[in-house]
Amino acid sequence: MISIPPGSALADAVWAALGTVLDPELDEPITELDFVESCTVSPDGVATVGLRLPTFFCAPNFSFLMVADAYDAVSAVEGVTRADVTLADHHASTEINGGVAAQAGFVKSFEGSDQGEAVAELDNLRLDFFRKAALAGQDRVARPLVDAGVGPDELSDMNLGEVPPSSDLVRMRERRAALGLASDDSAPLLIDAEGNRITPGQVPLHLRRARLQRVGIETNGEFCKSLLEKRYPVAK
Amino acid sequence: MYEKDGEKYFVVDSHSHFWDASRENWKPGREEFAKGWIDCFYGYHQLGPPETHWDYERYLKVSAEDFERDMFIEGHVDHVVFQSTYLYDWYTEGFNTADKNGGIKDLLPQYSEQITVNGRFDPREGDAGLKRLEEDSKKWNLKGVKVYTAEWYEGSRGWRLDSPEAYRFLEKCQELGIKNIHAHKGPTIWPLDKDAFSVVDVDAAATDHQDLNFIIEHAAIPRIEDFCFMAVQEPNVYAGLSVVIGGLMHARPKFFAKVMGELLFWVGEDKMTFGGDYNIWVPKWQVEGFVDWQMPDDDAFTDYGKLTTATKKKILGLNAAKLYDIPVPAECQLDAGAGAMA
Repeated sequence: MISIPPGSALADAVWAALGTVLDPELDEPITELDFVESCTVSPDGVATVGLRLPTFFCAPNFSFLMVADAYDAVSAVEGVTRADVTLADHHASTEINGGVAAQAGFVKSFEGSDQGEAVAELDNLRLDFFRKAALAGQDRVARPLVDAGVGPDELSDMNLGEVPPSSDLVRMRERRAALGLASDDSAPLLIDAEGNRITPGQVPLHLRRARLQRVGIETNGEFCKSLLEKRYPVAK
Repeated sequence: MYEKDGEKYFVVDSHSHFWDASRENWKPGREEFAKGWIDCFYGYHQLGPPETHWDYERYLKVSAEDFERDMFIEGHVDHVVFQSTYLYDWYTEGFNTADKNGGIKDLLPQYSEQITVNGRFDPREGDAGLKRLEEDSKKWNLKGVKVYTAEWYEGSRGWRLDSPEAYRFLEKCQELGIKNIHAHKGPTIWPLDKDAFSVVDVDAAATDHQDLNFIIEHAAIPRIEDFCFMAVQEPNVYAGLSVVIGGLMHARPKFFAKVMGELLFWVGEDKMTFGGDYNIWVPKWQVEGFVDWQMPDDDAFTDYGKLTTATKKKILGLNAAKLYDIPVPAECQLDAGAGAMA
C-alpha cells in the first residue's frame, strides 16, 4: 500500500520525482518495478520513502545508486524540507542507508565495512548500463521498421528525425544524451558504441546484438519482478 | 532415462546439490546471511509450478531418500553432477561441500556409478588451496570444479578467473585431468564499484586454456548478452541451463523462449547443458516440460529456430555426457529412436 495523502500536490510531486529514478541495471523506474514500499509526506514537508528489492543479495552498488538517486530526486522537490530514504531487508542496508543520509558517496559509505570496500564512485558503472540501454533501445525503435519491411540499406541511412515518434524513441534519445552521443534528428538510428553509423553490411548482425541486449535486460527485469512478487506477496 | 513418443532421452543433470541450510548449520553471528542466502533460493524455488512447491522447513535440508526419489526414481535423471558451494563464511559445515555431496554415494551405494562429484577451488587460499585441490582430486576422481567468483573469504569479497593466482589453479586442473570449470557469477564481488556479474575474466581464461571447458552456469544471467558475445568467439565456453529452465520455463514462458532462441543462435545446441539445480527445483517437471516444449509460433519468435528431438537430446544429456565421459546407452544416442534420420 502506498499511503500518499489523497489530493496532496506535494505528495504527487514526490511520487513523480521517484518516477525519474531508474534501476540502472533494468533501465526501468523504481515506481514501476514496485520497489517503493512506502512514501509519505508530513505536513511540514518531511518526505519519508521506504524502498525494497527482490532479494537480500541484490548487488550493493546498484542498490546504493537507487537509494541515493531517490534521495536526490525527492530532496529536489519544491516544498520538501527533508528527505528520509531507506532501503529495507538488504545485506548492506546499514551502509547504504547511513551513507545516503550522510551524503557520503559510495566509497565512504562502505569504508571499513564488513560488506567489502569500494575503490571508486559509481559513475562509470552507471554509464556501462546506459550503453546497454542505448543498444537495447535500437532494437525497440528499429524492430517495428524491420517488421514493416525496411531493409538494411534504408536502416543504415535512416536518422532519428525520420523515425515515427514513440516513447521508445524518446527513451533512446535520453540514454544517448546521457552518454554524450548525438541524439538530435540528424543522428543515425543505428550506431555502434562510439556513435558511428552502422553500415548496411553490418546491419543484420548489429540488429541481432541489439535484440540480444534487449532480451537480456528485459529477462533480468522479469526475474526481478517475479522474485519481488514472491518476497512481498500482495494480499488478495 | 525419459521416454516420450518413442524417443529415449538420456538425462544428465549437470548442476545439482545436496545442501545443508538447516538452522543448526547457520554460523553463529552470521545467521542473517545464511538465512538471506537460502531465502533467496527459496524465492527462486517458487518460480516453479505451484504443485512442486515445498514448505520452507523441508527446503532447508533434504534426506538421501528425498534425493533418491526426486532425482532417480521420479526425476528421470541417469547421471547427476554435483556442484559444490562452500560458503563457510555463513554455514558452519559449509553449504554443500564436495564431502557433503559425495557423502550421498555412501548413503545410496546402488547409485554410486551415476554420481559425479565436482570439487572447487579458491585462488585466495594459495598453496594450501592447491594442496586441497590435489587431495580432493584424488579422493573424488575429479573431472570438474565449480568456482564461485563472488564468494566471501575473510576480508575479500570476490576474485577474478583471469588473475595470476587463478591461473595457478587452472594449471593445476590441467595437470590433474580436471577439464570442466563451471563458473558462477554472483552479486557481491570486490571491488564493489565494478559489475559483479561481468564475464570478461572468463573470456581471457578460456582463451588461455583451450584444453579446459568453461561452463558458465545460469548462462551468466543477468549478463546473458555479454556471455553470448563472448561464447560465440570461444569454442570451449558452454552455457549451463540451470535456472534458465527452472526459473523461466514455467514462470515467464515468453522470456524463456527468447532466451532459448538467443542461446541457440549465439552459443548453439552443442554447447548447452541441462542442470536442474536441485533442490532449488526438482528435475521431473523440468525434464518433462522441456521435452514437450517448442519455440512458439507467434510472429515475435519467427526469427528463432525450432528445436528438434536431437537438440533436446543433446541439451538434456548428450552434451554433458561428452564433457564427463559418461557412457550413453545405444538406445539413447542420436541415431536411435523414432525421429532418427536415415
